[in-house]
Amino acid sequence: MKTYLGIDLGSTTSKAVLIDEKHNIIGRGITNTRSNYEVAAEIARMEAEFNSRFTILLRRMKESSSGEVDWNHLVALLEGRFHYLQFEERFAELKNAMLEQANHASNGVPAAEIVDIIRSACDDVEAAVKDKFFNNKVSSTSEFFRDLFSEPYMHAIQNRERDLFDHLVAIYDRCITPVENKLLEFNFIDLTEQALDFMPEELRSLRKEVAVHLAEVAAINLEPADFIGTGYGRQLLPFDQKHIKSEILCHAMGAHTYFPKTRTVLDIGGQDTKAIQVDEHGLVTSFQMNDRCAAGCGRYLGYISDEMSMSVGELGPLALKAEYESNICSTCTVFAGAELREYLNLGEKKENILAGLHKAIVQRAFGLLARSGGVRNEMTFTGGVARNPAVVKYVEQLVIQNYGDIKINLHADSIFMGALGAAIFSEAR
Amino acid sequence: MTVQKENSMLKQKQMLADHFMELSQVRETGKKVVYTFVPGNLTELIYTFDMLPVYPEINALQSGMRKKSRDYIREAEDMGYSEDICSYVKCDVGMMVQGNIGPTGQQLPPPDLLLLSYTGCFVFMKWFENLKHLYPDAEIAMLHIPYQEGGRIEPDHIEYIKEQLRTEVIPKFEKVSGVKFNETKLGEKLDLSAKAEDLLIEIFDSAQNRPSPIDAYFGGVYYIGPIFTAFRGSPECVDYYEELASEVRFRVENKMGPITPDGVLQEENFRLVVEGPPNWTHFRGFWKLFYEMGAVFVGSTYTRVGGVYDDGFRHSSDDPLKSLAEYCLGCYTNRNLPQRIDLIERFITRYHADGFLVNSIKSCNSFSAGQLVMMRELEERLQIPVGFIETDLVDPRYYSYSNIKNRLDSFFQMLEQRQIMKRRMEAVA
Repeated sequence: MKTYLGIDLGSTTSKAVLIDEKHNIIGRGITNTRSNYEVAAEIARMEAEFNSRFTILLRRMKESSSGEVDWNHLVALLEGRFHYLQFEERFAELKNAMLEQANHASNGVPAAEIVDIIRSACDDVEAAVKDKFFNNKVSSTSEFFRDLFSEPYMHAIQNRERDLFDHLVAIYDRCITPVENKLLEFNFIDLTEQALDFMPEELRSLRKEVAVHLAEVAAINLEPADFIGTGYGRQLLPFDQKHIKSEILCHAMGAHTYFPKTRTVLDIGGQDTKAIQVDEHGLVTSFQMNDRCAAGCGRYLGYISDEMSMSVGELGPLALKAEYESNICSTCTVFAGAELREYLNLGEKKENILAGLHKAIVQRAFGLLARSGGVRNEMTFTGGVARNPAVVKYVEQLVIQNYGDIKINLHADSIFMGALGAAIFSEAR
Repeated sequence: MTVQKENSMLKQKQMLADHFMELSQVRETGKKVVYTFVPGNLTELIYTFDMLPVYPEINALQSGMRKKSRDYIREAEDMGYSEDICSYVKCDVGMMVQGNIGPTGQQLPPPDLLLLSYTGCFVFMKWFENLKHLYPDAEIAMLHIPYQEGGRIEPDHIEYIKEQLRTEVIPKFEKVSGVKFNETKLGEKLDLSAKAEDLLIEIFDSAQNRPSPIDAYFGGVYYIGPIFTAFRGSPECVDYYEELASEVRFRVENKMGPITPDGVLQEENFRLVVEGPPNWTHFRGFWKLFYEMGAVFVGSTYTRVGGVYDDGFRHSSDDPLKSLAEYCLGCYTNRNLPQRIDLIERFITRYHADGFLVNSIKSCNSFSAGQLVMMRELEERLQIPVGFIETDLVDPRYYSYSNIKNRLDSFFQMLEQRQIMKRRMEAVA
């Protein structure tokens, strides 16, 4: 099967997309960007490859089966268990590393007891993560190994004494980065067969039917015929220059592929906001991007979520519950943090402050849009921040206010637009 | 070939050395010194009175190229000049306060006369007000030049300027120099100016060739050196342009590209027109970002900063004062936005440019105001890709290599993608 690969190494997440010759996405992979860019890119690529095999498996099951079975559901369950088994391998590495670290006492608590605490916390983590994967509660685009582990781990140790808690956090901090930067190899067929063992009782009868196709699907050569890397970290990818392309062009091409009438692309990523004008071929005619401050980008939301002790994913939905928007000066992330604390101090509701912060982000983005030439025809909103419902709400509001009734395109793949564009450019070379 | 290039370069270098030598000897020779600005300058008139011109902007840009500007700017900021003030002003003031050592290492004489001959840049007025504090004994002459608000030179404008020349400027010159005004002498100089101006236009127009034998921006700043500074109206200036023109003709005949710091540009990939002055603190590195991509500038507005000859204006002895008035009125930053856009459009079409780039200068309002409008208008009028980068004249703190490189990468890829598309369409046709 002829495939093409696009990799988008962003400042927060690394994405990979595998497409076929007709530009259809067959697999998506995403992971958090880490200090080792090569590993981040390789993990994203591997995930896209595994995801492609599940896509193909699903297609084949649907084609060959009588149609009574909900194969979408079944393959999703199987893929969730597959990911759980992947988690397990890295989890075992992390647990071992942490137990090795737990070799000295803290505040009168002997090392042996610390080892016990870690073991117990890890049991909690394992149970919590298993529940998430088995019941499809994992957000595939924002929860990665580090997030999956740390949340239940912190929960398990939160009631310990301060010194001991700090010691346990320090052990995690020391171990997580090296473990995260380790490239683990997974065997698709072995892991899928193990995943089948974990399937719910009533579905196990289908095992034989699946197994018939599994061997074939695992044997398909998905090695890309060509590939292109893009994104903020593109120059650090282990690719030569001809395999690297600017994310401005890639986002524009990705947006054009889904929505050919797009003339303006707004991309809000981790640390860049880009306003891009494109022509009818998806080619960029002009662009503007922020260069002095990351206020108005994903990192700003990350900073705010830390300040509010919430996860980034919770911010948007809470902001939607606001009665009005608190007035936030939108020029600086750090000062916005100060404004936020001041409002909290004055007793302002979190919802209203968050609404103000979200509006501020969008206003900054609109400053860039205006500089780039405004919104001309259909506007496609891409990047990780396009998944935030409050941001989307204000984008829609401001487009209508400033440019009238212009169609705004949003796609579930908004975070993969850059990688998709890169894959398409690699096919077109 | 390299020798030919060196001839004009060496000639210019010698001319500058002689000029600064003459300036350093005014105490012995008794010659009077006029500080004045580049746009619409009255160099021929200054020499008619046997006075010597000093151009603070040129000293500032030279300080930038010689890596002195950071210290000079710091000096001015220590005196209380704000971060937002034109960096030429701060660099210049810092240089004067630190001993007024010019580009050749020789001390520059203080001004006997501060001649403000162009008022389109309002900073110029404040600049000289500040210089008046530094040099309280200097005389001041101010020539008010009306902005071309209506997009053309009105007869009233010319009369108004001639009147000021007769009643304000010339009497001041006579007073300071002790020399009586001689219109015939001025006329002779103006006719020599016209000869150099014809040659300069021939050189600019050589960019119609493929490959272009000149770089009309980075190379261009050398080409405009003599005509916009201390030499217009002199026989040496005409000699210089004859030498340069013969070098350019040689390159045209031999289908050679422009000369860069790394030798003759071998492959011309992109032809660009640029708006805005270059950055001086990283001049070579900035240039390299273009020539290493095979990008050559075929037209630039900065090389029209002193005066514009593209629409036929030449200095003339027919009515010398009228000629000076027209020159002042016609300089690039004295034209309204539609005129500037038309001029750029002419460069893009006449020199067959593939793209238009704006180098916006953080501390220069005369150039930066309206640049986004220009981009949008040209993009829509000519369907040409446009790019935008930001640097500064001589404040190295505003030169961010990675930000510029990132934007230029995208810009060049925009151009490349368009070329690929064009080739494909031609192949299909």
